[in-house]
Amino acid sequence: MLFSYIIRRILLMIPTLLITSALIFTVMELPPGDFFETYQAEMQAQGERADMSRVEFLKKEYHFDKPPIERYFYWLWDFVRGDFGYSFEYQLPVRDIIGDKLLLTVVISFLTIIFTWAIAFPIGIYSATHQYSWGDYGLTMLGLLGIAIPHFLLALIVMYFANIWFGLSIGGLMAPEYLNQPMSWEKMGSILKHIWLPVVLIGVTGTAGMIRAVRANLLDELEKQYVTTARAKGMPPGRALMKYPFRMSLNFFVSDIGSILPAVISGAEIVAIVLSLPTTGPLLIRALQAQDMYLAGSFLMFLAILTVIGVLISDLALAILDPRVRLQGGASK
Amino acid sequence: MSALPKADQSLPHFVSAAPFDAHSVMRLTPEQEKAALASQWQLMWLKFKRHKLALWSGWFLIVVYFVAMFCEIFAPYGSQTRNTDFVRAPPQAVHLFHEGSFVGPFVYGYRQKLDVETLRRNYEVDTTQVHRIRFFCHGEPYKFWGLFEASWRLICPAEDGVLFLLGTDRVGRDIFSRILYGARISLTIGILGVSVSFILGVVIGGLAGYYGGVFDTVTQRIIEVVQSLPHIPLWMALASIMPASWSPLLVYLGITVILGLMDWTGLARAVRSKLLSLREEDYVMAAQLMGAKTPRIVGRHLIPGFMSHLIAKATIAIPGMILGETALSFLGLGLRPPITSWGVMLNEAQNINVVALYPWLMFPAIPVILIIIAFNFLGDGLRDAADPYR
Repeated sequence: MLFSYIIRRILLMIPTLLITSALIFTVMELPPGDFFETYQAEMQAQGERADMSRVEFLKKEYHFDKPPIERYFYWLWDFVRGDFGYSFEYQLPVRDIIGDKLLLTVVISFLTIIFTWAIAFPIGIYSATHQYSWGDYGLTMLGLLGIAIPHFLLALIVMYFANIWFGLSIGGLMAPEYLNQPMSWEKMGSILKHIWLPVVLIGVTGTAGMIRAVRANLLDELEKQYVTTARAKGMPPGRALMKYPFRMSLNFFVSDIGSILPAVISGAEIVAIVLSLPTTGPLLIRALQAQDMYLAGSFLMFLAILTVIGVLISDLALAILDPRVRLQGGASK
Repeated sequence: MSALPKADQSLPHFVSAAPFDAHSVMRLTPEQEKAALASQWQLMWLKFKRHKLALWSGWFLIVVYFVAMFCEIFAPYGSQTRNTDFVRAPPQAVHLFHEGSFVGPFVYGYRQKLDVETLRRNYEVDTTQVHRIRFFCHGEPYKFWGLFEASWRLICPAEDGVLFLLGTDRVGRDIFSRILYGARISLTIGILGVSVSFILGVVIGGLAGYYGGVFDTVTQRIIEVVQSLPHIPLWMALASIMPASWSPLLVYLGITVILGLMDWTGLARAVRSKLLSLREEDYVMAAQLMGAKTPRIVGRHLIPGFMSHLIAKATIAIPGMILGETALSFLGLGLRPPITSWGVMLNEAQNINVVALYPWLMFPAIPVILIIIAFNFLGDGLRDAADPYR
């Protein structure tokens, strides 16, 4: 049952990703001109002649002589086969550039979600059980501040104070001396010492929204009659809270991954640019500005795939956690 | 105790002498009557007023928008006026007393010193120069709304003095004035963006809810796709499309469209589900039975039914757009100078030196934070007021 559900969900991902890819390709195609024109113009501006034979070769290799629709299918087909194209700017296959960065993005996103939960769980429960108390107001205010402060500014300020108070090197994900070294325990330690900063920064916004959502959900749940019944029958308050209402809010946590993941990745891009982290953010913006379309397109596509997989995982976890979620027969309406 | 009466005695009891009014239970207090006779919008207003924070946020926003509308009058300087003698000057404190005697609000002048080692200009407060702030005065001339020349301002610096309430930036422009001018752009961009997403959402969601079928299925899929994409990378991609040759005004419009394009999905969903559920309500059936035509049912009964809800939803979407604009401008993908917006101003606060040496360049973040919090409270209040089941 679960197995066939997974298969069906994976099959459903295919049309979703197809629409996504078409959307991304359109966005990539929209700007007038292409990388080669930009490249030639830049070379001319520097008083040099572009290497026309190379340009011609690349144009042919990547089907720039064909209409966009045809090129889209070439791109899609190559993407499916694992050939993500060629970054014109870095003059490297895209695959060689994005591997590590994508991994780091995944790691940071994962840690951020864990962080968000670890903070939002207890605070949300406290706010719901102490509704309209000073603690509730204070925490709500703090949460609102988390939403309201622009990401990048918070990143800058925290980075500055992290440097002054903790002596962390500014920016980057590791101390500068480890930059070009192979992975080792020391390097690992250095990364761990630096990674909390982006995780906290990216997590702040999500945490604030999450706290409010948990509070609202738990409050709704606490109003229900089964809670009153449980209390009336003499169940200790802690147990009357944790046993059922809390489990209900757990469902909400899990089903929310689908919406929190795009937000986390979004926030990660901006924070990564400010902190100059070796994740996808800074590269993506470079690629977008230089019209390096295969690099940018692959990035966007991978981010989309990541979120789709995240949503799938959250749905599966929800199905396991909550017996009422029906796996068969689509929507109940 | 002999509380029990004797067997043959009747119990004493109280009889009111007032004339008996059988309808007194059904009569309403004036407040109840008001609530019963109030229209839907009046009910919402009554409910909204109870949410004090939302009410104050609403007033705050009205004041801010008013100031933004007439920012030429409120700002002591123009948005592009350069005071080349005062580059990156720190904020001046406003004093009232000079050497023990009252002179009214004034600021002390600055004495400039060049640090030969770091080549940094240091400003020292010169307590011998007293620049009295003038009110309701003729200051630097400006073109009001680009229509006619004027020079009347609410506050101006002293005749030969300066007034930098929040300091100056790297070319000596007054940050306080620029924040006021920037409000005009930053605040309207949220409203315009929401309008774009509102129209898209209502039309697409309405069509999907009304026609259903294949159109509905396809839009639902598309909405799912758009919602599952990370916003900022897509914003970045869309913003990088805009050619550099566009005029600042076109870029401004482009940004609003981009912000709106990503945001309509939530509204479309809300409209669709509301339409679907409201269609089944009894009062719609009643209207049909009484012979109301479809346009009347939609216009008179359905749209008011969820408009309040939609407005609340749109209000909550505005802060996201304001933040989106600051983020895009910060990355250099959004608005460009000479347009002044809070995002463009924060763009200058990009590097860590600013935090360390010129922290006042980050002042534009404060209005951003205040506005976003205010919009959140206002949206909360509106949402509660629009919800008929509370």
